[in-house]
Amino acid sequence: MRGSKSLIDNIDWVTVGLYLLLVLAGWLNIYAAVYNEEFESIFDTSQRYGKQLLWIGTAGVIATVILLIDERFFSTFGYLIYGFILFLLVAVLLIGAATKGATSWFAIGGFKIQPSEFSKFATNLALAKYLSTLNIRMTDLKTKLTAAAIIGIPAVLILLQNDTGSALVYGAFILVLFREGLSGNFLLIGLVTTFLFVITLIFQNEVYQLPFEFELTGGWMLIVVLFLIMSLVYYFNRKKKQILLFTTIIFISCSGWVKSVDYVFNNILEPHQSKRINVMLGVESDPFGAGYNVNQSLIAIGSGGFSGKGYLKGTQTKYDFVPEQSTDFIFCTIGEEWGFIGSFVVISLFMGLLLRILFLCSRQRSAFARIYGYGAASIFFFHFMINIGMTIGLAPVIGIPLPFFSYGGSSLWAFTILLFVFIKMDADRLEVL
Amino acid sequence: MRQYESRQFIIGTIFLVVGIIFLIRLFYIQVIDSHYKLDATNNVLRTIVKYPARGLIYDRNGTLLVYNEAAYDLMVVPKAIKEEFDTTGFCALLEMSKNDFDERFNRAKIYSRYKASIFEKEISARSYAKIQEQLFNYPGFFVQTRTLRTYPKQSAAHMVGYVGEANPKIIKKDSYYKSGDHIGISGIEKYYEKVLRGKRGQEVQMVDVFNRPKGKFQDGAFDTTAVSGSNLTLTIDADLQAYGEKLMQNKKGSIVAIDPSTGEILALISMPTYDPNLLVGRERSENYGKLSQDTLKPLFNRALMAKYPPGSTFKSINALIGLQEGVLTPSTLYSCNRGYSFGGRKMGCHVHLSPVNLEYSIQTSCNAYYCNVFRSIIDNYPTAEEGYNVWRTYVTNFGLGKKTGIDLPNELSGFVPETEYYDRYYLKGKWHSTTILSLAIGQGELGFTPLQMANMVTAIANRGYYITPHIAKEINGQPITAFDSTIIRNETGIDAKYFNEVVEAMYKVVEQGTGTSAKIDSIQVCGKTGTVQNPHGDDHSTFIAFAPKDNPKIALSVYVENGYWGSRWAAPIAGLLIEEYLRDTITRPHIEKRMLEGNLIGTAPKILTNEGE
Repeated sequence: MRGSKSLIDNIDWVTVGLYLLLVLAGWLNIYAAVYNEEFESIFDTSQRYGKQLLWIGTAGVIATVILLIDERFFSTFGYLIYGFILFLLVAVLLIGAATKGATSWFAIGGFKIQPSEFSKFATNLALAKYLSTLNIRMTDLKTKLTAAAIIGIPAVLILLQNDTGSALVYGAFILVLFREGLSGNFLLIGLVTTFLFVITLIFQNEVYQLPFEFELTGGWMLIVVLFLIMSLVYYFNRKKKQILLFTTIIFISCSGWVKSVDYVFNNILEPHQSKRINVMLGVESDPFGAGYNVNQSLIAIGSGGFSGKGYLKGTQTKYDFVPEQSTDFIFCTIGEEWGFIGSFVVISLFMGLLLRILFLCSRQRSAFARIYGYGAASIFFFHFMINIGMTIGLAPVIGIPLPFFSYGGSSLWAFTILLFVFIKMDADRLEVL
Repeated sequence: MRQYESRQFIIGTIFLVVGIIFLIRLFYIQVIDSHYKLDATNNVLRTIVKYPARGLIYDRNGTLLVYNEAAYDLMVVPKAIKEEFDTTGFCALLEMSKNDFDERFNRAKIYSRYKASIFEKEISARSYAKIQEQLFNYPGFFVQTRTLRTYPKQSAAHMVGYVGEANPKIIKKDSYYKSGDHIGISGIEKYYEKVLRGKRGQEVQMVDVFNRPKGKFQDGAFDTTAVSGSNLTLTIDADLQAYGEKLMQNKKGSIVAIDPSTGEILALISMPTYDPNLLVGRERSENYGKLSQDTLKPLFNRALMAKYPPGSTFKSINALIGLQEGVLTPSTLYSCNRGYSFGGRKMGCHVHLSPVNLEYSIQTSCNAYYCNVFRSIIDNYPTAEEGYNVWRTYVTNFGLGKKTGIDLPNELSGFVPETEYYDRYYLKGKWHSTTILSLAIGQGELGFTPLQMANMVTAIANRGYYITPHIAKEINGQPITAFDSTIIRNETGIDAKYFNEVVEAMYKVVEQGTGTSAKIDSIQVCGKTGTVQNPHGDDHSTFIAFAPKDNPKIALSVYVENGYWGSRWAAPIAGLLIEEYLRDTITRPHIEKRMLEGNLIGTAPKILTNEGE
């Protein structure tokens, strides 16, 4: 029994509703962010809010088309779509246009298309197709390597475009792999590595005076502390087999990581990236340089208070104190004009969407749809975490958009495709045997 | 994959934990912590650049030559201009048309709606007084203080140079400079830019959304005070400089006067000149355009950049070289029958007694005598090339044909040909002392700047050496020699006893020879006239001199373009300057009057003057 009647019945209207609320809220806030007395009409297409309305309209068309396409199209052509996107990512490196140091755009007429936005969807599709193949086990090395390649290749290509932020998003897929059976140790290692990285940077400039005129720099001090911890771990587990080998390996790898962070920080990261991270960690204070955005963003959000200054009444965002406020810093407008109530609503909407997707995943019969759903949720989550995190000073300033909110056609289209393909899969779930 | 189903709860928990952390953080910064709200009201930061006052410039006697006057840049923040802004009243206040206002305002808007940009540059203190009273009625506009150069003496324009705005090329080359900064473009202002400029400061103000100042940002943690530039004392004597410019009015040419004992330049005159106040502030570019179009080239610094043949004044040098080389003694006699004949050609001379000895040859400026001297110097060596190189070394030892190293930009090297130059014209080995005989009387290819000539006289006055000429005497009261190691004693390699012979002869020139118009009672002046052949028009009148004969205090070279003989213009002017400098009074007012009234430019004077405001 297929037909429009059953399609409408089967679509998860909760998800669609959350999507529409987020997009509408985003558009209203872009209007507020670039609001200008001279162009008051919200439909003025010479302004960003007008253009965003065009993007929203076309995104609606795309969503409708996706809902009408047969679900099997995506599983059948998954690899083809992935391959095509990889081709575009290579092409943009060769003939793309550069903005703000990143070569990631195709300029077609007056419009700019950013393939890296769409490659998240394509990668998710390819990964879901691969992992849903019969007899695939996450514990196999071959599976791990293949999955890593599917995720890594586009990430590296985007890194080559000098768009570190978008490349980092691919780290979100670790949640998908974890859900499909990757050992939790990988998540743990990731957490420990990040923790050591942060702690090393915070202490790297410290010098400790020890008795007998010994001096220890921060890095070495950390290694001493690590040694003490590992000694304790060994002492309390000394009855266990191979514990000496285990603690030694952990100690050596952690020490090696700590010592190499300084090198990574000073030689691999670009100066503006290391500076942003330093500022976020409080190692450097620079309210006119790298810390400016975060400082202004905090002031804007903080000044919103509990109930906000009212729509279009924000002063911080109006006067352009917050840079990139219609794109990466759109959350400032919400925080300032709608206050804590508005922030609470927006975060709740995102939480609702993310948890709803997880719920939909759990009712999928096909592994393909389930894995795809987790991938989509992970990508939304990563963007949400980094973007809002940076505006409130909890994450480094990495320029990635807030899904459905930030101004920009490519990102809105790409997030719409990512979500509606899953909605379509969910709507057709009963037909999968 | 059912065995991993529980992991969906772990992932869900991760999502929720991050969401809850965000909400806690938001609750903290939005509801609990109030310092962001305070920041927001005072958030607009306005950086006000504190421009340092440029160093002052004094003459050797402490007379102020250059100082600063306050001026004001009117700044605008376009976003702060409300609809009810009284444009008509504002235009009336600034005395500008509505169109002009709109054009400037649009330019500012294009630059930035939120950042301040310059609306009107360099408003004088007088105009500002009027504007200041009413400026509070026009929110969005404020002023930024800066200073402009003022030249009370209205002289020495080429020497002090002028200050302009740093252009994009300069800004790209030197990261110190930012748009709107002033920088020395020529003269002393350029050469001593780093001494004079000082250090820029800034003040970061917080202003509210209505552009009202709300105090210093973070209690002035980012503020720096402007450090004024160092003051500069010049070696110039402002009175001598001004008197020289006055004597040279309506004439083209140059005068350079040096204190031989120190190498300090007492006057550096290039005519025609202009009022340095013309190249200041708002009218600079317009006036600069007019000056650069002027056919008399008032912007051209002849003292350092014009090349003239030395003419007969150079005979003293050839005499010295001959004496040192041993091919000439004070009693050497040569006959002159209205010139010097060689190989069927003849270099002419005027009518005078014959035969001629060294002293009389300088006194009467005999051409034939120096043709003989020059040939004996060159032909004393196996080849003309060797002889010429020996001669050339002596000449360059006088600071001729190379930069003197004066502390001013754009100095020319002058020209004394290398042997290759003659090889190219006459082929190697095919040229002889007779080929280049015009060098004997200071003509031919030779070309020296007036500064080099004055420096040459210094070496004669000192009987054998000169000190690197310089124009800065002190920086903030410290002698320049503490900063500049290039000011040294340069030897000519000619014995002092030979100089005494030539000096005596040059004394006779003024006492009873061609230079009597420079003669001053009770001051022993030594000099030598010259007439520089000029292929483009009337010959140039030139005179070199120093005084007193013993223990000289001033050495100078004077060039008056198209003035014919040295005795007609250059010598009397040199005499007047020496008297003015050594005695401060003029005993021969009739000569002074003739010099002041002399007009060699032909047309009525068309030198720009500052008409005042």
